[in-house]
Amino acid sequence: MSVSDGRQGQEEFQKWYQARYNQVKPKPPILKNVFWAFVVGGLICTLGQVIQTYFISLGLSQKEAAGPTSAVLIFLAALFTGLGVYDELGRKAGAGSIVPITGFANSIVAPAMEYKREGYVFGVGAKMFVIAGPVIVYGLVTAVLIGLAYWSFR
Amino acid sequence: MNKKSGNQTIAYADPPVLAAAATIAGPMEGEGLLNGQFDRVLEDNLAGQDTWEKSESYMLEWAVRTAVSRTGGTLDDIDCILAGDLLNQLMSAHFAARSLGRPFLGLYGACSTMAESMLLGAALIDGGFASRVAAAVSSHHDAAERQYRYPTELGVQRPPLAQWTVTGSGAVVLAREGQGPRLTVATIGKVVDAGLKDPNAMGPAMTPAAADTLWHHLQDTGRQPNYYDIILTGDLGQVGKTLLIQLMQEKGIDIAANYEDCGLMIYREDQDPHAGASGCASSALVMCGHAFPLLVTGRLKRVLLIGTGSLHSPTSYQQKESIPAIAHAVAIEA
Repeated sequence: MSVSDGRQGQEEFQKWYQARYNQVKPKPPILKNVFWAFVVGGLICTLGQVIQTYFISLGLSQKEAAGPTSAVLIFLAALFTGLGVYDELGRKAGAGSIVPITGFANSIVAPAMEYKREGYVFGVGAKMFVIAGPVIVYGLVTAVLIGLAYWSFR
Repeated sequence: MNKKSGNQTIAYADPPVLAAAATIAGPMEGEGLLNGQFDRVLEDNLAGQDTWEKSESYMLEWAVRTAVSRTGGTLDDIDCILAGDLLNQLMSAHFAARSLGRPFLGLYGACSTMAESMLLGAALIDGGFASRVAAAVSSHHDAAERQYRYPTELGVQRPPLAQWTVTGSGAVVLAREGQGPRLTVATIGKVVDAGLKDPNAMGPAMTPAAADTLWHHLQDTGRQPNYYDIILTGDLGQVGKTLLIQLMQEKGIDIAANYEDCGLMIYREDQDPHAGASGCASSALVMCGHAFPLLVTGRLKRVLLIGTGSLHSPTSYQQKESIPAIAHAVAIEA
């Protein structure tokens, strides 16, 4: 016999209330969100293409141009995060500004800025990857698994 | 003499007076629906401090000092300060209390703390343990975001249910004697869990607690909702407000005519707050900045403030717990 968790007889109420809540819960404006994600995401990719074309015109191969192109996009995202603009963009564009590499840059720069007040070690250093960390961890794990699969089927 | 009335309600024998109140708000709140009703509006969310937390603490201290100076007295006349905020270990309240240098009791009732501090302050006075008490709360949008959600500059999209934490602070001085509206009755709420787990749905999660407290308040006092000029909930937001009207209807009580939510009284629609305002300062700014002056001038006679608090933490929702909530009611009568 355990100590009462204080919910006895409440389950019915909770079920009833949640059904009621689901009726009045506002739905996200999916069409509008998808539209802005498409436009902003598309513009960021177009910008990336413009930068890449510029580097290729300087004589780099397509493969060589990928590195500097990413670097410029990351720099721009970090700059606009610092200027306090990127979060306003993200509010409207949603996935459109989160998914491209600029969103990844924002997810590292934003906590680095936020936690600077706790110092460079326990603030910036420790908290910088608080959002991006899981992406890196599971990205690496997935890469290893796919690498193993590729190696075993080769 | 027994001052308990019914199950959960206190009827103060000698109701304390709300002697003075003060408010300070952030720039976004200053431009909102209560434009011109705050004592001071900050130019930016930092208020000249280094951190959001210090800025919040500064606001709380300013609100207490200003409310106290309006009583014509000094801080030395205050027997006890009751205050709270949303940050871990009540950082804002504790750091403000350090400067204020008066006996202090810190309270955590999440966004219900304004009602909780008034309820307890009045009890201290009516019990004869104090003659003047300051009750105050604060909240800060950016400080709350970084603690409960994401870094402020992260480009995330807020769901339509999300509410915007109010930057601001409100303080009220309760006194044994004097002129002004009086805190007559208070109902202490229970922790109620509606089983919701979405931390963006704080308003709907708190609604059953508000309904429970309001129901018991009416039962314990024998009053009808129309006894009050207005019934205010702290920060249920648009969805919570709709649900509270429905929940009370289920119990045969119609509150639609004289009920409003403080969370819908702070921001204009075009300020894009989504479902409304939230935070300790939501009810504090409406109570101290809007309702209190109307009570003093007699344009409002009877106000019921139901402070609503969502008692989850980042740890509790990451551990997949549902959101417990609480609501306390205080009746203020001119």
